[in-house]
Amino acid sequence: MQVPAHVEYERATSVEHALSLLARFGPEARILAGGHSLIPMMKLRLAQPETLIDINDLSELARLGVVDGQLRIGAMVRHAQLLDHAEAGELFAILHDAERVIADPIVRNWGTIGGSVCQADPSEDLSATFAALQATMVIRGPDGERTVPARDFHTGPYETVVRPGEILTEIRVALQPRAGSYRRGSAYQKVGRRVGDWPVGAAGAALWLSDGVVAEAGIGLSAVGARHFSAVEAEDYLRGAPASAQTFARAGQLAAEHCRPSSDQRGPADYKRHLASELTIRALDLALRRARAADPGAS
Amino acid sequence: MEITVTVNGTACRRDIEPRLLLIHFLRDELRLTGSHWGCDTSNCGACVVWLDEIPVKSCTVLAAMADGHRVRTVEGLEQRGQLDPVQEGFAQCHGLQCGFCTPGMMMTARWLLDHHPDPSAEQIREAISGQICRCTGYENIVRSIQWASKHPSGSAAGAGEVPS
Repeated sequence: MQVPAHVEYERATSVEHALSLLARFGPEARILAGGHSLIPMMKLRLAQPETLIDINDLSELARLGVVDGQLRIGAMVRHAQLLDHAEAGELFAILHDAERVIADPIVRNWGTIGGSVCQADPSEDLSATFAALQATMVIRGPDGERTVPARDFHTGPYETVVRPGEILTEIRVALQPRAGSYRRGSAYQKVGRRVGDWPVGAAGAALWLSDGVVAEAGIGLSAVGARHFSAVEAEDYLRGAPASAQTFARAGQLAAEHCRPSSDQRGPADYKRHLASELTIRALDLALRRARAADPGAS
Repeated sequence: MEITVTVNGTACRRDIEPRLLLIHFLRDELRLTGSHWGCDTSNCGACVVWLDEIPVKSCTVLAAMADGHRVRTVEGLEQRGQLDPVQEGFAQCHGLQCGFCTPGMMMTARWLLDHHPDPSAEQIREAISGQICRCTGYENIVRSIQWASKHPSGSAAGAGEVPS
Protein backbone atom coordinates (compact mmCIF):
# COMPACT_ATOMS: atom_id res chain seq x y z
CA MET A 1 0.00 0.00 0.00
CA GLN A 2 1.44 3.33 -1.07
CA VAL A 3 0.72 6.17 1.32
CA PRO A 4 2.16 9.66 1.24
CA ALA A 5 4.13 10.84 4.26
CA HIS A 6 2.50 13.18 6.74
CA VAL A 7 1.72 16.53 5.16
CA GLU A 8 -0.21 19.69 5.96
CA TYR A 9 -2.91 20.96 3.62
CA GLU A 10 -3.94 24.50 2.73
CA ARG A 11 -6.43 25.59 0.12
CA ALA A 12 -5.72 28.79 -1.78
CA THR A 13 -8.57 31.10 -2.75
CA SER A 14 -6.63 33.25 -5.23
CA VAL A 15 -3.20 33.43 -6.83
CA GLU A 16 -2.24 36.15 -4.37
CA HIS A 17 -3.37 33.92 -1.50
CA ALA A 18 -1.37 31.00 -2.92
CA LEU A 19 1.72 33.21 -3.12
CA SER A 20 1.27 34.34 0.49
CA LEU A 21 0.88 30.71 1.58
CA LEU A 22 4.07 29.79 -0.31
CA ALA A 23 5.87 32.62 1.45
CA ARG A 24 4.54 31.56 4.85
CA PHE A 25 5.32 27.84 4.55
CA GLY A 26 8.66 28.18 2.80
CA PRO A 27 10.56 26.02 0.32
CA GLU A 28 9.12 22.71 1.57
CA ALA A 29 5.63 23.75 0.48
CA ARG A 30 4.38 22.47 -2.87
CA ILE A 31 1.61 23.65 -5.15
CA LEU A 32 -1.04 20.95 -5.60
CA ALA A 33 -2.89 21.21 -8.90
CA GLY A 34 -4.45 18.01 -10.32
CA GLY A 35 -1.95 16.02 -8.27
CA HIS A 36 -1.53 13.37 -10.94
CA SER A 37 2.24 13.74 -10.92
CA LEU A 38 2.79 14.99 -7.37
CA ILE A 39 0.61 12.48 -5.50
CA PRO A 40 2.28 9.43 -7.16
CA MET A 41 5.66 10.97 -6.29
CA MET A 42 4.48 11.45 -2.70
CA LYS A 43 3.26 7.85 -2.50
CA LEU A 44 6.71 6.66 -3.53
CA ARG A 45 8.22 9.15 -1.04
CA LEU A 46 10.21 10.66 -3.89
CA ALA A 47 8.48 13.88 -2.90
CA GLN A 48 7.89 14.69 0.75
CA PRO A 49 6.55 18.23 0.96
CA GLU A 50 5.67 19.58 4.39
CA THR A 51 2.70 21.53 3.12
CA LEU A 52 0.44 21.23 0.10
CA ILE A 53 -1.17 24.37 -1.28
CA ASP A 54 -4.22 23.29 -3.24
CA ILE A 55 -4.95 25.62 -6.17
CA ASN A 56 -7.88 23.67 -7.63
CA ASP A 57 -10.30 26.46 -6.73
CA LEU A 58 -8.40 29.08 -8.76
CA SER A 59 -10.71 29.49 -11.76
CA GLU A 60 -8.59 32.51 -12.74
CA LEU A 61 -5.92 29.96 -13.77
CA ALA A 62 -8.35 27.79 -15.75
CA ARG A 63 -8.98 30.23 -18.59
CA LEU A 64 -8.30 29.15 -22.14
CA GLY A 65 -8.63 31.24 -25.29
CA VAL A 66 -7.06 33.74 -27.69
CA VAL A 67 -6.13 37.16 -26.32
CA ASP A 68 -4.11 39.73 -28.29
CA GLY A 69 -2.87 37.33 -30.94
CA GLN A 70 -1.84 34.66 -28.43
CA LEU A 71 -3.43 31.43 -27.36
CA ARG A 72 -3.39 31.62 -23.57
CA ILE A 73 -3.61 28.43 -21.57
CA GLY A 74 -4.08 28.81 -17.83
CA ALA A 75 -1.92 26.54 -15.67
CA MET A 76 -5.03 24.94 -14.13
CA VAL A 77 -6.56 24.04 -17.48
CA ARG A 78 -7.10 20.29 -17.37
CA HIS A 79 -5.96 18.03 -20.21
CA ALA A 80 -9.54 17.13 -21.10
CA GLN A 81 -10.46 20.82 -21.26
CA LEU A 82 -7.67 21.54 -23.76
CA LEU A 83 -8.59 18.47 -25.81
CA ASP A 84 -12.25 19.57 -25.91
CA HIS A 85 -11.38 23.14 -26.91
CA ALA A 86 -12.15 23.36 -30.63
CA GLU A 87 -10.40 26.67 -31.25
CA ALA A 88 -7.15 25.52 -29.65
CA GLY A 89 -7.17 22.44 -31.89
CA GLU A 90 -7.93 24.47 -35.00
CA LEU A 91 -5.14 26.91 -34.29
CA PHE A 92 -2.58 24.34 -33.22
CA ALA A 93 -3.51 20.78 -34.08
CA ILE A 94 -0.34 19.64 -32.29
CA LEU A 95 -2.07 20.39 -28.98
CA HIS A 96 -4.86 17.95 -29.70
CA ASP A 97 -2.49 15.37 -31.22
CA ALA A 98 -0.46 15.42 -28.01
CA GLU A 99 -3.40 15.52 -25.63
CA ARG A 100 -5.00 12.49 -27.27
CA VAL A 101 -1.97 10.38 -26.31
CA ILE A 102 -1.26 11.78 -22.84
CA ALA A 103 -2.13 9.29 -20.12
CA ASP A 104 -5.75 8.10 -20.48
CA PRO A 105 -9.15 9.81 -20.57
CA ILE A 106 -9.75 9.58 -16.82
CA VAL A 107 -6.31 10.92 -15.89
CA ARG A 108 -6.82 13.70 -18.45
CA ASN A 109 -10.02 14.70 -16.65
CA TRP A 110 -8.10 15.85 -13.60
CA GLY A 111 -4.44 16.32 -14.52
CA THR A 112 -3.49 19.87 -15.47
CA ILE A 113 -1.34 21.48 -18.16
CA GLY A 114 0.66 23.45 -15.59
CA GLY A 115 1.19 20.39 -13.43
CA SER A 116 2.51 18.39 -16.37
CA VAL A 117 5.10 20.93 -17.45
CA CYS A 118 6.16 21.69 -13.87
CA GLN A 119 6.70 17.99 -13.19
CA ALA A 120 9.34 18.33 -15.92
CA ASP A 121 9.58 14.66 -16.68
CA PRO A 122 12.09 14.19 -19.52
CA SER A 123 9.46 12.14 -21.36
CA GLU A 124 6.66 14.67 -20.98
CA ASP A 125 4.64 15.24 -24.15
CA LEU A 126 3.55 18.83 -23.54
CA SER A 127 7.09 20.01 -22.87
CA ALA A 128 8.04 18.96 -26.41
CA THR A 129 4.79 20.42 -27.73
CA PHE A 130 5.40 23.82 -26.17
CA ALA A 131 9.03 23.73 -27.30
CA ALA A 132 7.82 23.19 -30.88
CA LEU A 133 5.31 26.02 -30.53
CA GLN A 134 7.99 28.30 -29.05
CA ALA A 135 5.61 29.08 -26.22
CA THR A 136 6.16 31.47 -23.35
CA MET A 137 5.70 30.50 -19.72
CA VAL A 138 4.28 33.08 -17.33
CA ILE A 139 5.47 32.82 -13.75
CA ARG A 140 4.19 34.88 -10.85
CA GLY A 141 6.04 35.47 -7.62
CA PRO A 142 6.19 37.89 -4.71
CA ASP A 143 7.89 40.46 -6.95
CA GLY A 144 5.34 40.24 -9.75
CA GLU A 145 5.21 38.46 -13.05
CA ARG A 146 8.01 37.26 -15.31
CA THR A 147 8.02 35.39 -18.58
CA VAL A 148 10.39 32.65 -19.68
CA PRO A 149 10.62 30.98 -23.11
CA ALA A 150 9.37 27.38 -22.93
CA ARG A 151 12.83 26.24 -23.98
CA ASP A 152 14.44 27.86 -20.97
CA PHE A 153 11.81 26.57 -18.58
CA HIS A 154 13.43 23.23 -17.79
CA THR A 155 16.81 23.19 -16.11
CA GLY A 156 17.08 19.41 -16.00
CA PRO A 157 15.05 16.29 -15.32
CA TYR A 158 12.28 17.21 -12.85
CA GLU A 159 13.69 20.72 -12.50
CA THR A 160 12.35 24.03 -13.76
CA VAL A 161 13.14 27.70 -13.34
CA VAL A 162 10.11 28.15 -11.08
CA ARG A 163 11.62 29.18 -7.75
CA PRO A 164 10.27 28.52 -4.27
CA GLY A 165 7.61 31.16 -3.69
CA GLU A 166 6.61 31.27 -7.36
CA ILE A 167 3.76 29.76 -9.42
CA LEU A 168 3.45 29.01 -13.11
CA THR A 169 0.23 30.79 -14.04
CA GLU A 170 -0.11 30.60 -17.81
CA ILE A 171 1.36 29.38 -21.09
CA ARG A 172 1.13 31.63 -24.14
CA VAL A 173 1.55 30.67 -27.78
CA ALA A 174 1.80 33.41 -30.40
CA LEU A 175 -0.40 32.73 -33.42
CA GLN A 176 2.21 34.28 -35.71
CA PRO A 177 5.90 34.16 -34.85
CA ARG A 178 6.40 37.71 -36.13
CA ALA A 179 4.52 40.42 -38.02
CA GLY A 180 2.90 39.07 -41.16
CA SER A 181 0.53 36.30 -41.94
CA TYR A 182 1.79 32.82 -42.61
CA ARG A 183 0.13 29.54 -43.33
CA ARG A 184 0.38 27.59 -40.13
CA GLY A 185 0.40 23.85 -39.50
CA SER A 186 1.49 21.67 -36.60
CA ALA A 187 1.48 18.02 -35.55
CA TYR A 188 2.65 15.60 -32.85
CA GLN A 189 3.76 12.03 -33.38
CA LYS A 190 4.38 9.60 -30.53
CA VAL A 191 5.38 5.98 -30.30
CA GLY A 192 4.32 4.34 -27.05
CA ARG A 193 3.93 0.77 -25.95
CA ARG A 194 0.39 1.03 -24.61
CA VAL A 195 -2.33 3.50 -23.66
CA GLY A 196 -1.27 5.82 -20.90
CA ASP A 197 2.43 5.11 -21.11
CA TRP A 198 5.24 7.56 -21.57
CA PRO A 199 6.60 7.74 -25.11
CA VAL A 200 9.44 5.56 -26.32
CA GLY A 201 10.05 8.59 -28.46
CA ALA A 202 7.97 11.53 -29.68
CA ALA A 203 8.33 14.55 -31.94
CA GLY A 204 6.26 17.64 -32.53
CA ALA A 205 6.52 20.11 -35.39
CA ALA A 206 5.15 23.57 -36.01
CA LEU A 207 5.55 25.28 -39.39
CA TRP A 208 4.80 28.78 -40.52
CA LEU A 209 5.00 29.02 -44.31
CA SER A 210 5.21 31.78 -46.88
CA ASP A 211 4.88 30.75 -50.55
CA GLY A 212 5.98 27.21 -49.85
CA VAL A 213 9.07 28.35 -47.95
CA VAL A 214 9.56 27.74 -44.24
CA ALA A 215 9.40 31.15 -42.58
CA GLU A 216 9.64 29.67 -39.10
CA ALA A 217 9.90 26.14 -37.77
CA GLY A 218 9.66 24.62 -34.33
CA ILE A 219 10.62 21.04 -33.56
CA GLY A 220 10.04 19.49 -30.15
CA LEU A 221 11.38 16.12 -29.06
CA SER A 222 10.47 14.09 -26.00
CA ALA A 223 12.04 11.07 -24.30
CA VAL A 224 15.15 11.09 -26.51
CA GLY A 225 17.46 13.29 -24.45
CA ALA A 226 17.04 16.42 -26.57
CA ARG A 227 18.38 19.58 -25.01
CA HIS A 228 15.47 21.82 -24.00
CA PHE A 229 13.08 19.31 -25.65
CA SER A 230 13.98 20.89 -29.01
CA ALA A 231 15.97 20.32 -32.19
CA VAL A 232 17.51 23.71 -32.94
CA GLU A 233 19.93 22.48 -35.61
CA ALA A 234 17.05 21.05 -37.60
CA GLU A 235 15.06 24.26 -37.15
CA ASP A 236 18.00 26.40 -38.31
CA TYR A 237 18.33 24.21 -41.38
CA LEU A 238 14.61 24.48 -42.20
CA ARG A 239 14.30 28.26 -41.89
CA GLY A 240 14.27 29.68 -45.42
CA ALA A 241 14.26 26.22 -47.02
CA PRO A 242 11.46 24.92 -49.21
CA ALA A 243 8.91 22.80 -47.38
CA SER A 244 9.56 19.49 -49.11
CA ALA A 245 10.15 15.82 -48.44
CA GLN A 246 13.88 16.27 -49.08
CA THR A 247 14.37 19.07 -46.58
CA PHE A 248 12.22 17.29 -44.01
CA ALA A 249 14.34 14.15 -44.37
CA ARG A 250 17.45 16.19 -43.69
CA ALA A 251 15.78 17.90 -40.73
CA GLY A 252 14.91 14.49 -39.28
CA GLN A 253 18.51 13.39 -39.68
CA LEU A 254 19.75 16.52 -37.89
CA ALA A 255 17.23 16.06 -35.07
CA ALA A 256 18.46 12.47 -34.57
CA GLU A 257 22.14 13.44 -34.70
CA HIS A 258 21.82 16.02 -31.97
CA CYS A 259 19.70 14.19 -29.40
CA ARG A 260 21.11 11.88 -26.74
CA PRO A 261 18.73 9.04 -26.06
CA SER A 262 19.60 6.46 -23.43
CA SER A 263 18.75 2.79 -23.45
CA ASP A 264 16.17 1.76 -20.91
CA GLN A 265 13.22 -0.60 -20.50
CA ARG A 266 11.36 1.26 -23.24
CA GLY A 267 13.96 0.60 -25.87
CA PRO A 268 17.61 0.80 -26.94
CA ALA A 269 19.23 4.14 -27.72
CA ASP A 270 19.68 3.46 -31.44
CA TYR A 271 15.98 2.68 -31.83
CA LYS A 272 15.08 5.90 -30.04
CA ARG A 273 17.45 7.82 -32.28
CA HIS A 274 15.71 6.27 -35.27
CA LEU A 275 12.39 7.39 -33.81
CA ALA A 276 13.69 10.94 -33.35
CA SER A 277 14.39 11.12 -37.07
CA GLU A 278 11.34 9.26 -38.34
CA LEU A 279 8.83 10.98 -36.04
CA THR A 280 10.30 14.40 -36.83
CA ILE A 281 9.79 13.70 -40.53
CA ARG A 282 6.24 12.44 -40.00
CA ALA A 283 5.33 15.41 -37.80
CA LEU A 284 6.74 17.83 -40.39
CA ASP A 285 4.85 16.06 -43.20
CA LEU A 286 1.57 16.23 -41.33
CA ALA A 287 2.18 19.84 -40.27
CA LEU A 288 2.78 20.73 -43.93
CA ARG A 289 -0.40 18.99 -45.10
CA ARG A 290 -2.35 20.84 -42.44
CA ALA A 291 -0.76 24.17 -43.35
CA ARG A 292 -1.71 23.65 -47.00
CA ALA A 293 -5.28 22.84 -46.02
CA ALA A 294 -5.57 25.88 -43.76
CA ASP A 295 -6.62 29.35 -44.86
CA PRO A 296 -3.58 31.55 -45.30
CA GLY A 297 -3.29 33.90 -42.41
CA ALA A 298 -6.58 32.85 -40.86
CA SER A 299 -6.61 34.60 -37.49
CA MET B 1 -8.47 18.28 9.44
CA GLU B 2 -12.23 18.15 9.20
CA ILE B 3 -13.80 17.70 5.79
CA THR B 4 -17.36 17.44 4.52
CA VAL B 5 -17.92 15.56 1.30
CA THR B 6 -21.36 14.99 -0.18
CA VAL B 7 -21.23 11.35 -1.19
CA ASN B 8 -24.14 10.02 -3.24
CA GLY B 9 -26.25 12.91 -1.96
CA THR B 10 -25.39 12.55 1.73
CA ALA B 11 -23.12 15.06 3.46
CA CYS B 12 -20.38 13.11 5.26
CA ARG B 13 -18.20 14.89 7.81
CA ARG B 14 -15.02 13.24 9.06
CA ASP B 15 -11.79 14.19 10.76
CA ILE B 16 -8.99 12.97 8.51
CA GLU B 17 -5.28 13.22 7.91
CA PRO B 18 -4.54 15.42 4.87
CA ARG B 19 -2.55 12.59 3.30
CA LEU B 20 -5.60 10.29 3.17
CA LEU B 21 -6.46 9.29 -0.40
CA LEU B 22 -10.05 9.63 -1.57
CA ILE B 23 -10.36 5.89 -2.26
CA HIS B 24 -9.43 5.07 1.34
CA PHE B 25 -11.75 7.79 2.66
CA LEU B 26 -14.62 6.14 0.78
CA ARG B 27 -13.74 2.57 1.68
CA ASP B 28 -12.31 2.85 5.18
CA GLU B 29 -13.99 5.94 6.66
CA LEU B 30 -17.40 5.68 4.99
CA ARG B 31 -17.34 1.88 4.48
CA LEU B 32 -18.45 2.32 0.88
CA THR B 33 -16.49 -0.62 -0.42
CA GLY B 34 -18.06 -0.71 -3.87
CA SER B 35 -15.20 1.37 -5.29
CA HIS B 36 -12.16 -0.85 -5.51
CA TRP B 37 -8.61 -0.08 -4.59
CA GLY B 38 -6.49 -1.65 -7.31
CA CYS B 39 -3.09 -0.73 -8.64
CA ASP B 40 -2.44 2.34 -6.48
CA THR B 41 -0.67 3.96 -9.44
CA SER B 42 -3.60 5.49 -11.40
CA ASN B 43 -3.23 2.84 -14.09
CA CYS B 44 -6.05 0.36 -13.54
CA GLY B 45 -9.15 2.48 -12.98
CA ALA B 46 -10.87 0.19 -10.46
CA CYS B 47 -11.16 3.24 -8.17
CA VAL B 48 -12.94 5.57 -10.61
CA VAL B 49 -15.59 7.73 -8.94
CA TRP B 50 -17.11 11.05 -9.92
CA LEU B 51 -15.73 14.18 -8.30
CA ASP B 52 -18.54 16.64 -8.86
CA GLU B 53 -19.50 15.62 -12.40
CA ILE B 54 -16.14 14.23 -13.56
CA PRO B 55 -14.79 10.67 -13.39
CA VAL B 56 -11.44 10.62 -11.59
CA LYS B 57 -9.08 7.96 -10.30
CA SER B 58 -9.66 8.24 -6.57
CA CYS B 59 -6.33 6.62 -5.66
CA THR B 60 -4.67 9.76 -7.00
CA VAL B 61 -6.89 12.39 -5.38
CA LEU B 62 -6.62 13.39 -1.72
CA ALA B 63 -9.80 13.24 0.32
CA ALA B 64 -8.95 16.80 1.38
CA MET B 65 -9.31 17.90 -2.24
CA ALA B 66 -12.91 16.65 -2.19
CA ASP B 67 -13.79 18.79 0.84
CA GLY B 68 -16.88 20.80 -0.06
CA HIS B 69 -17.43 18.79 -3.24
CA ARG B 70 -19.76 16.01 -4.35
CA VAL B 71 -18.62 12.45 -4.95
CA ARG B 72 -20.65 9.78 -6.72
CA THR B 73 -19.66 6.14 -6.33
CA VAL B 74 -21.03 2.91 -7.74
CA GLU B 75 -23.37 2.78 -4.73
CA GLY B 76 -24.96 5.96 -6.11
CA LEU B 77 -25.85 4.47 -9.50
CA GLU B 78 -29.01 2.75 -8.32
CA GLN B 79 -31.93 5.16 -8.03
CA ARG B 80 -34.96 4.41 -5.84
CA GLY B 81 -34.38 0.70 -5.90
CA GLN B 82 -33.90 0.58 -9.66
CA LEU B 83 -30.57 -0.44 -11.10
CA ASP B 84 -29.03 2.05 -13.50
CA PRO B 85 -29.27 0.86 -17.13
CA VAL B 86 -25.49 0.53 -17.06
CA GLN B 87 -25.70 -1.91 -14.16
CA GLU B 88 -28.45 -3.77 -15.92
CA GLY B 89 -26.38 -3.89 -19.11
CA PHE B 90 -23.46 -5.48 -17.28
CA ALA B 91 -25.84 -8.08 -15.87
CA GLN B 92 -27.58 -8.68 -19.21
CA CYS B 93 -24.40 -8.99 -21.26
CA HIS B 94 -22.12 -10.74 -18.79
CA GLY B 95 -19.96 -7.60 -18.57
CA LEU B 96 -17.99 -8.96 -15.63
CA GLN B 97 -16.40 -12.11 -14.36
CA CYS B 98 -14.45 -11.41 -11.17
CA GLY B 99 -16.04 -7.97 -10.83
CA PHE B 100 -12.96 -6.13 -9.63
CA CYS B 101 -12.85 -3.56 -12.42
CA THR B 102 -16.65 -3.28 -12.67
CA PRO B 103 -17.39 -0.33 -10.35
CA GLY B 104 -14.86 1.86 -12.19
CA MET B 105 -16.04 0.66 -15.59
CA MET B 106 -19.63 1.46 -14.73
CA MET B 107 -18.89 4.96 -13.43
CA THR B 108 -17.05 5.78 -16.64
CA ALA B 109 -19.84 4.21 -18.69
CA ARG B 110 -22.51 6.29 -16.94
CA TRP B 111 -20.51 9.46 -17.65
CA LEU B 112 -19.98 8.48 -21.28
CA LEU B 113 -23.70 7.83 -21.85
CA ASP B 114 -24.66 11.08 -20.14
CA HIS B 115 -22.49 12.95 -22.66
CA HIS B 116 -22.76 10.64 -25.69
CA PRO B 117 -26.04 8.73 -25.47
CA ASP B 118 -25.30 6.61 -28.54
CA PRO B 119 -21.55 5.95 -28.57
CA SER B 120 -19.82 3.80 -31.15
CA ALA B 121 -17.87 0.75 -30.01
CA GLU B 122 -14.74 2.74 -30.73
CA GLN B 123 -15.85 5.61 -28.48
CA ILE B 124 -16.61 3.14 -25.71
CA ARG B 125 -13.19 1.53 -26.03
CA GLU B 126 -11.53 4.95 -25.94
CA ALA B 127 -13.55 5.97 -22.87
CA ILE B 128 -12.47 2.89 -20.90
CA SER B 129 -8.92 2.82 -22.26
CA GLY B 130 -7.52 3.89 -18.87
CA GLN B 131 -9.18 0.99 -17.10
CA ILE B 132 -7.99 -2.56 -17.00
CA CYS B 133 -10.07 -5.76 -17.06
CA ARG B 134 -8.17 -9.02 -16.87
CA CYS B 135 -11.20 -11.30 -17.33
CA THR B 136 -13.43 -10.30 -20.19
CA GLY B 137 -11.13 -9.16 -22.97
CA TYR B 138 -13.39 -6.08 -22.93
CA GLU B 139 -15.82 -7.50 -25.51
CA ASN B 140 -18.65 -7.98 -23.07
CA ILE B 141 -17.97 -4.69 -21.35
CA VAL B 142 -18.41 -2.90 -24.67
CA ARG B 143 -21.62 -4.90 -25.30
CA SER B 144 -22.89 -4.05 -21.82
CA ILE B 145 -22.42 -0.35 -22.38
CA GLN B 146 -24.04 -0.62 -25.81
CA TRP B 147 -26.98 -2.40 -24.18
CA ALA B 148 -27.34 0.48 -21.73
CA SER B 149 -27.22 3.02 -24.56
CA LYS B 150 -30.07 1.18 -26.31
CA HIS B 151 -32.11 0.92 -23.11
CA PRO B 152 -31.80 4.39 -21.56
CA SER B 153 -34.67 3.63 -19.19
CA GLY B 154 -33.56 0.11 -18.43
CA SER B 155 -35.34 -2.98 -19.64
CA ALA B 156 -38.98 -2.44 -20.61
CA ALA B 157 -40.39 -4.99 -18.22
CA GLY B 158 -39.10 -5.51 -14.72
CA ALA B 159 -36.40 -2.86 -14.92
CA GLY B 160 -33.77 -3.47 -12.34
CA GLU B 161 -34.33 -7.16 -11.98
CA VAL B 162 -31.23 -9.14 -12.51
CA PRO B 163 -31.99 -11.85 -15.04
CA SER B 164 -31.39 -15.38 -13.90
